[in-house]
Amino acid sequence: MTSSVVELREVKVERDGRTVLDIQHLQLELGKTLTVIGPNGAGKSTLLRVVGLLERPTHGTVFHHGEATGDGKQDLILRRRLAVVMQRPFMRNASTWDNVATGLKFRGIGGSEAKRRVGDWLDRLGIAHLADRNARELSGGEAQRASLARGLVLEPDLLLLDEPFAALDEPTRLALHDDLRNILQKVQTATLFVTHNRIEAQTLSDELAVLMDGNVRQAGSSYDVFYRPNSEEVATFVGMENIFSAHIIEQSGGLAAARVGRAEITLVGSWQQGDYVLLGLRPETVQIEPVKGEHTRLGSTNRLQGRITAIMPFGGQARVIINCGFPLVSIVTQQSLMAMRATPGMSVLATFQTAALHIIDRSRQRVTLTPTSRPDTSKP
Amino acid sequence: MGNPADNIIRFRDSTVRDFTFWRIFDIFAIVVGLVAITACGSARETDVILATTTSTNDSGLLDVLIPDFESISEFNIKPIAVGTGKALAMAERGEADVLLVHAPTAEKVLVESGVIKRRSLVMHNFFQVVGPENDPAHVAIAVSATNALKAISETDTLFISRGDDSGTHKMELALWQAAGITPKGSRYQESGQGMGATLRIASEKSAYTLTDYGTYLALKENLDLTPLLGEDRSLLNIYSVLELDGDRFNNVNSAGGKDFAEYLLSPRAQRLIETFGVDKYGEPLFILDAGTSESELVR
Amino acid sequence: MELIWNGIVQAFKLIFHLDSELMNILWVTIRVSGTATLVSLLLGVPLGALLGTWRFPGRSAALSIIHTGMGAPPVVVGLFVMIMLWRSGPLGGLNFLYTPWAMILAQTIIAFPIITGFSMAAVAQIDPQLRQQLLGLGASRIQALRAVVQEARLPLLTAIMAGFGGAISEVGAVMMVGGNIKGETRVLTTATVLESGKGEFGTAIALSVILLLLVFGVIVGLTVLQQRNRIT
Repeated sequence: MTSSVVELREVKVERDGRTVLDIQHLQLELGKTLTVIGPNGAGKSTLLRVVGLLERPTHGTVFHHGEATGDGKQDLILRRRLAVVMQRPFMRNASTWDNVATGLKFRGIGGSEAKRRVGDWLDRLGIAHLADRNARELSGGEAQRASLARGLVLEPDLLLLDEPFAALDEPTRLALHDDLRNILQKVQTATLFVTHNRIEAQTLSDELAVLMDGNVRQAGSSYDVFYRPNSEEVATFVGMENIFSAHIIEQSGGLAAARVGRAEITLVGSWQQGDYVLLGLRPETVQIEPVKGEHTRLGSTNRLQGRITAIMPFGGQARVIINCGFPLVSIVTQQSLMAMRATPGMSVLATFQTAALHIIDRSRQRVTLTPTSRPDTSKP
Repeated sequence: MGNPADNIIRFRDSTVRDFTFWRIFDIFAIVVGLVAITACGSARETDVILATTTSTNDSGLLDVLIPDFESISEFNIKPIAVGTGKALAMAERGEADVLLVHAPTAEKVLVESGVIKRRSLVMHNFFQVVGPENDPAHVAIAVSATNALKAISETDTLFISRGDDSGTHKMELALWQAAGITPKGSRYQESGQGMGATLRIASEKSAYTLTDYGTYLALKENLDLTPLLGEDRSLLNIYSVLELDGDRFNNVNSAGGKDFAEYLLSPRAQRLIETFGVDKYGEPLFILDAGTSESELVR
Repeated sequence: MELIWNGIVQAFKLIFHLDSELMNILWVTIRVSGTATLVSLLLGVPLGALLGTWRFPGRSAALSIIHTGMGAPPVVVGLFVMIMLWRSGPLGGLNFLYTPWAMILAQTIIAFPIITGFSMAAVAQIDPQLRQQLLGLGASRIQALRAVVQEARLPLLTAIMAGFGGAISEVGAVMMVGGNIKGETRVLTTATVLESGKGEFGTAIALSVILLLLVFGVIVGLTVLQQRNRIT
């Protein structure tokens, strides 16, 4: 277990009698990046503060490098092996160079060693030319680069990133994502990256944990989390917009026919007739095509005829809501909509692979059939 | 972008500027710490606290006497000009070493209680009743001070009292008592301030007041007040030097007090007092009393 | 009007002739008020920073005391200090009464709450998250406090100005505890009171003008320092 940088065991944080964080077990290892996603108020920042020894948990123990923490003096030594980068860069009223050197000064590192390291990291983040500028005059992106340099210059064993990109505009953010990913691949650091933005979740690592109401609801690869959410809440949060329950009406071989609303779909697996099953379907997997020919039952592709009720463009794509016996959300490129001359009210075929259907719960009936309230994906 | 070597040169001076507030703060802290350590106990053994009336200080007499005394003595005089009442109170608590005051009756109480070891007359002049030039109460023709006060109380004119327990105030109260009058009402006002301020108030309000002669002489240029009554034996203003009994208090510098008291009575100091004010006012402010007994003076 | 004009003329005469008595008064004034401000600064800035960032039980009581101190009548302070310093008082052994130290003590008691209060307000303006960020960069608690104060340095200059102004303009307390002794504890304010009591209005006005110039010079100096460091 030598590579374990941080380990949380049965950690609980209570505030005003309310549990805001409840982590059974969580471990961070050297050279790996764990991304924690969750909605606002899920306890992400609390988790980061607890891991960063800025807040003591009400119950349980945080281990750093195998050592239990909680002793003030020892904690400072351990705290000096980590670095926190916050959502807002919080530059001191001093030059960029001095800001980046802040943590080194706290550690009593000065002289040529500080010059070498600060110069190196300013360079690696592409802000060497801003060294003498007052850091309060930097643009958002520049300041965030300085903030990252300020953390990385400490060559920490543990890097804690609290939504460091949240306040940046899109192109700045993308450029910084790339640079940071490259840097993190080269340094031997355990990284905890916290974000509420699911689009950003895979930028730094493929290891994800979903935090909701203070609990880790699901952990795994990004594919697992985004395509195989283990609960309706996680499914909703990761953008699996189509969540509906199906009533099995016929079983034939490895396939089953099921009724959803007034429509009939095909799904894989063996079921008891009369079962209710909760299904999820990512809108990106639903295609739209013009109506043509007959529609066949029990195939590898579901084809449902319906009418477009709404088209909501975002970026180069559009969210299309089709009423095909139940409301189905599809995300397609605007170009394909143009090619079809799709308009609200038009009759279309909504198609999706049977394999794309994800079974969230094998024995649950969902009462409503409206699309779930969805996080707005058009905004970063 | 510049090459990294350039940056390193530029970086050097920016580090010096950082956290300047604290650099300065720490330097100050060290300096103040050192000063505090080295400067403790600044009060000297040779310091003598002289509690005195404002009139001797304001007239400038002490500015002449103290440097002369210090030039021949090992002691340093610290004159605290507080008014006679306060000076006597300081003596009672042992907060002064020697007093130069002008309230004989109150002084004698302290002599009798043993706080004062020795009381010696130094000099005297006369209090003056001053007032507006038209003199509605006809003070100028009064036969005595008590008659003057009676006359003032019977007219519609204001009287401004010091009201500060100073020597002058004590004298004024004694005069009212002698006249058998308890001053009160809206025509009797207390300024609560020093002689100079009280004279100015009297001048502005065309009122009567009782003043020591020295202060009146010093200020008369700026006042619309006329001296109406003085040289009356009941207006005698006697300054005495009082030495504290060192055995009664722990920290009183009785040796220094004795030294200064003896100096005031010496021919050297008496010569300075005798000529004080002549160059400025054309007449001396004080009349010498060294060696005189009070009964001789009052007679 | 003529009196004021003559006073101003006399003030400049005294300054340019380096009048030795005036120079002594000026020196005592600067030494006493400067030391008092410095001591208040050394105590008040850290305390203000602590009160501004640290939430602890009894904090509101501490704030009330500081705020009362900011408005405490100097004469009350003078009386209190005098009683403490009496030969028969609890601090009589120090022999501070009627020395510049007594005046420094009184002015410190006056300036200290002012500087503490202003420091507290200055530090409270700084985003509390900055402190979290600094701790997250490995700052000890003291380092974080110092860095937060460093950020508040421009409003802190206002605290210095207010504290110095409060100390140097004080007259009642220093008169009581200093005794206004010529050459030793006579400062510009007490000398002004003395001269106006003596009817020497010209000298009194001259001294007031010099006091004003001194305060003005210090404030201008601090303001320049403040503006030069400000970024737009």
